[in-house]
Amino acid sequence: MSDVEDAIARAYRAEWAVIVAGLAGRFGDLDLAEESAAEAFATAVARWPSDGVPPKPGAWLMITATRKGIDRIRRENRRTEKHTEAQSMFDVNAESEPVGVIDDDRLRLIFTCCHPALAVESRLALTLRMVGGLTVAEIARAFLASESAIGQRITRAKAKIKAARIPYRVPSDDDLADRVTGVLTVLFLVFNEGYLATGADTDPVRPELTAEAIRLTRLVRMLLPEDGEVAGLLAMMLLSEARRTARIASTGQLVPLAEQDRGSWDAALIAEGHRLVRERLSAAAAGDAPGRYQILAAINAVHTSARESRDTDWSQVLALYDQLVNLDPSPIIALNRAIAVAELDGPGAALPIVDRLERDLAGYHSFHATRADLLRRLGRGEDARAAYGQAIDLAGNAAEIAYLTAKRDSLPS
Amino acid sequence: MQYLVSVIDDRADPGSSDRRPAISEFNERLISGGYWVFAGGLADPDAATVIDNRGEHPVFTDGPFVESKEYLAGVWVWEAPDLDVALTLAAEASRICDRKLEVRPFQ
Repeated sequence: MSDVEDAIARAYRAEWAVIVAGLAGRFGDLDLAEESAAEAFATAVARWPSDGVPPKPGAWLMITATRKGIDRIRRENRRTEKHTEAQSMFDVNAESEPVGVIDDDRLRLIFTCCHPALAVESRLALTLRMVGGLTVAEIARAFLASESAIGQRITRAKAKIKAARIPYRVPSDDDLADRVTGVLTVLFLVFNEGYLATGADTDPVRPELTAEAIRLTRLVRMLLPEDGEVAGLLAMMLLSEARRTARIASTGQLVPLAEQDRGSWDAALIAEGHRLVRERLSAAAAGDAPGRYQILAAINAVHTSARESRDTDWSQVLALYDQLVNLDPSPIIALNRAIAVAELDGPGAALPIVDRLERDLAGYHSFHATRADLLRRLGRGEDARAAYGQAIDLAGNAAEIAYLTAKRDSLPS
Repeated sequence: MQYLVSVIDDRADPGSSDRRPAISEFNERLISGGYWVFAGGLADPDAATVIDNRGEHPVFTDGPFVESKEYLAGVWVWEAPDLDVALTLAAEASRICDRKLEVRPFQ
């Protein structure tokens, strides 16, 4: 890559969301903001190689994009509907602004894209496009959807934001906690789709999605540094991402935590994740009750602190799951808790706990995979074989299917 | 910005019928907050008549334009600065009238 291309790529990474968010605040129109920002970057691609990279690329891009936006308004409708509309939205924003807790256009943009009145799939696509700067083609690839489907989803979401007047602002203090949870859900889903990608014929891991989720969560963390759940989610992502390469064998098969080569974990990511978890632990000690992401991060921290798998402090893991069950009594969490029970008290103690979850989790591959593993350890080969079969039928991730199949085939006949 | 707030009832699982006083009190608050434009409860869908005069003669059909388990039981029209304000009011209204609501902006 040439220096100029590199400068453009870096500016894109650093400035895309700043520019879209700034223009959306100025023009009160996400569509116009997105198109003008895209036009400004296209101009940079055309001009920087001959004119040289401007001394302040971000400022150059913002000015160029703003001019493009004004040009568009003039071109499309000289001082008519659109202009007055954009102008009036801007005025409304200016008036109602003091509500916001933190003053950053990007945060407004994130809250708008993750608004609860939009369908979850729309929030994902819109956030990746407007805040993440991914192209429609990139988003379509990541979610195994067609470009036209993703394009339409984004267009519809933008149209709804405009027609229903979804506000462009940081929610008031009363709503902030709920709305942050909504944002974190979107980021968590992006990460998960990258970490355990669905689709039997695709890569089992999509590092571009995990990386994007981490980048966006870092941004939210920068904007909301006091929020414990944001820190927790970031820590959880970092501690999972650290193990990403160790999770998949060269054969394409999933490697379970206990069998991973711990030397190949990313030490820098783990250190950063542990720092965040320690920060939250001291906040918890000071009376700030941890939410689910902080507890999940702490569980990840216990796992990544063990030098060898057998050094894992399972009683600590179980205590954290107990805490999590109190907060969120969902059957999936109960299932993960049972795995810790199996390590502490043996598979015989865990199996009845898992069996009790069948009614809720019969359609979930991890339920059958967990049961299969317990049955295998209890020497119940035939039952284990059947459970592996059910898990394989339900699993969507290629590496996981390969792992479960190998496990089933290695059962003594 | 004006929003049409549709009150949706369900024949299989109707909302309670003792909500009038609470709704009246809520309407008073809508008025004092400057949100109130219009409110009205509707008679049963069976009382509806569909008229189609796009052909040669007007055709009158007894009953609602679509038969469904869920039906429109009443409407509000609210004036609100943005959807967040409308949704906050709607969350409260849904609890008060013990029914599901749809919030839809006017063009």
